[in-house]
Amino acid sequence: MSASTPFALLANATSLAWAEIPVWPAAELVRATAAELNRGARLCAWFGVPEGSRTCLVAVLAFDVDNTLAVGRSQPFTGSYPALTTLNPQAHLFEREVWEQHGLVPEGHLWLKPVRRMNGNAPANGEFFRVAGPEVHEVAVGPIHAGVIEPGHFRFQCAGEEVLHLEITLGYQHRGVEEALAGGPHRATMSQMETVAGDTTIAHATAHATIMESLAGTEAPLRAQWLRAIALELERLANHTGDMGALAGDVAFLPTSSACGKIRGDFLNLSALICGNRFGRGLVCPGGCRHDLEPERAALLTERLRTALAETEQAVAWFWDAASVRSRFENVGTVFPAQASEIGMVGPAARACGLVRDVRYDHPAGWHRFAQVPVAVWPGGDVFARARVRSLEIQRSGQYLIEQLAAPAGGELRGEPAPSAPDTLTAVLVEGWRGEVCHVALTDAAGRFRRYKIIDPSFHNWTGLALALRGMAISDFPICNKSFNLSYCGVDL
Amino acid sequence: MIWIPELVLRLALWLLLAPLLPGIINKVKARVAGRRGPPVLQLYYDLAKLWRKGVVMSNLASPGFIIGPAVAWVALTGAALLLPLGPAGGVVSFRGDVLLLIYLLALARFCTAWAAMETGSAFEGMGSAREVSYAVLAEAALIAAVLSLIVHSGSVSLATMLSPTAGAGAGAALLAAGLFVVLLAENCRVPFDDPNTHLELTMIHEAMILDHSGPPLAAILHGASIKLLLFSLLLVQAVLPIGEMSPLAATGALAAGVLTVTIGVGLIESFLARLAFRRVPLLLTTAFLLCLFSLLVAWKGGAN
Repeated sequence: MSASTPFALLANATSLAWAEIPVWPAAELVRATAAELNRGARLCAWFGVPEGSRTCLVAVLAFDVDNTLAVGRSQPFTGSYPALTTLNPQAHLFEREVWEQHGLVPEGHLWLKPVRRMNGNAPANGEFFRVAGPEVHEVAVGPIHAGVIEPGHFRFQCAGEEVLHLEITLGYQHRGVEEALAGGPHRATMSQMETVAGDTTIAHATAHATIMESLAGTEAPLRAQWLRAIALELERLANHTGDMGALAGDVAFLPTSSACGKIRGDFLNLSALICGNRFGRGLVCPGGCRHDLEPERAALLTERLRTALAETEQAVAWFWDAASVRSRFENVGTVFPAQASEIGMVGPAARACGLVRDVRYDHPAGWHRFAQVPVAVWPGGDVFARARVRSLEIQRSGQYLIEQLAAPAGGELRGEPAPSAPDTLTAVLVEGWRGEVCHVALTDAAGRFRRYKIIDPSFHNWTGLALALRGMAISDFPICNKSFNLSYCGVDL
Repeated sequence: MIWIPELVLRLALWLLLAPLLPGIINKVKARVAGRRGPPVLQLYYDLAKLWRKGVVMSNLASPGFIIGPAVAWVALTGAALLLPLGPAGGVVSFRGDVLLLIYLLALARFCTAWAAMETGSAFEGMGSAREVSYAVLAEAALIAAVLSLIVHSGSVSLATMLSPTAGAGAGAALLAAGLFVVLLAENCRVPFDDPNTHLELTMIHEAMILDHSGPPLAAILHGASIKLLLFSLLLVQAVLPIGEMSPLAATGALAAGVLTVTIGVGLIESFLARLAFRRVPLLLTTAFLLCLFSLLVAWKGGAN
């Protein structure tokens, strides 16, 4: 499939000179991109690169079957261009973002409104989709929620208890992450990358470190790749376990809720055992890792990990064995496979629709080239399937960790830093616990960042949550939401 | 006028003992989950705290926002005073007092829903709609249970109805099951509602009181605990042959019965997930049928 593409091909975590990327007029880029997307490619990134007063569009595609990425760009232009969204809906949020960042108007876009542009202290939300009728009522939830969670606004159009339409608007935590990176990397860059989404610290930090290594034409030492893979799976375990507990809590099933809350802490403490921080901050750095895992601590880690995994197994078994829980999850919040691939969902939410999409398998980089985790897939697309995929991933990540801890890679932990190549584009995908974390960097003539684009998996998946709610009871929103558990700050940037 | 001291004593007993029940339930839940949990007396502390606080009131709400909880509290307390207490009997008893009790409970519900609607919030409208929809089914079950007691005892006065002579047998077991489900539904416990949830969209009773604060909230919480005690006592007296025991044994049986019901509620909350809303009517209809069968048993069984 990818052999006949007009796009420039590159593997995950490799770079390409800006001049080698094929250039087309904007309309031609849209047509070529839509053609690839309709042939089964996925849109990883679609963003603008300012060039003087004009902007060129860049498309980064993933051919999962061929394990390769593809890049193309447009000639710099201003004004408008024919919307890609009308040809393939994967682009709808990307095109809204490009419109608000660069003023390029996608002609024919059906729902062109801001993603996160500020209006005073709040995002400029624009109009909400409305359903009219005497029986229809509107429920607005957020941005301030009951409970300590992130801010986001949910607008439900309901007929009685049934949700006809849900519109989600975010942007309340927009803090200018991408803007801060221009001209970088700066001294604060690594810390900023670790807080793009605090619960996905390792994935975002690994993606950024890999970008720096790829731009320098080097690679982290094997031992660092090994340690990053271990930290990534620990992050996955902690978050999946916490979410299983939260799902149980939402249906008032106390045994699993109480146990998983505690075990999540145990997994976080394992990250702390490696690097002193429960979220893994300060572990990954460009060129390698900052903290080593000596054999004694590795043995201690394995021992504690086995205990925590056994406890998780038990707590999750209570959950699956309770008919009262299963009946709450089955046939609730269904996203159909066709919808999931149409909107480009990623991660466990996509795998719960039966789509085999896992960056660790499709686009292996780093340690995942040598040791793979089996992909966990479940058909159905409902809350049950998403919970099931999570619980399968807990088992498989646990198994993987125990195997990898027993066979550490030797050698250096950190390589020599090298300067970044000038006028080069590089793209890195990492399978975070929510799905594909994508970082794309473009350097200027001095090797500094000219443009840095971050796409958190949540950016692809929020639309999936909105679709999952159609025709559901509004009281089932919390379990649908928790089964996705998407990031607000990862989208707000 | 000699009943006045007794009335005051009973009132004090109801008001002081009722907040103990939610504390016991929470303790049971905490213990099962392996936690230490809040003190049994937590609700007393909460009530004392709320009583000292001010009231935040929406400028859209009418005085009904305050009157609602007050009237609901008075109605629940009045209903509680109608209920005979084992060997002590009822302080006021008359033909048909059971109807007044049912109507007082309905009045309390109406006032809480009214106060909730006053705020104009989407959550509270939703909560009220759910509360009154499910109440239709829960009340049907309660009325079937009352009819069964009336037929069994041949009286329409609570004092006679609630001291059944020599075990009602199969009828009592059906009645106990039906009334226990009604108790869970009427008091917003799992599997109908989750008193601990912070998720507005899934709430029933909790959604109705989201905007209340200070003393009105204290009245609502205290009223809810009185209602729980009332239903527990109703359930225990409806099925245990209290009338045949010595006063001391009867008092002990009553206390033990209420404690058992309370711990049972705690255990159910510990091991059962909440029902989806669309399945709630099914369970409430089951409760209604259980009470209806107990009515049939009382009717046909009493004939020979």
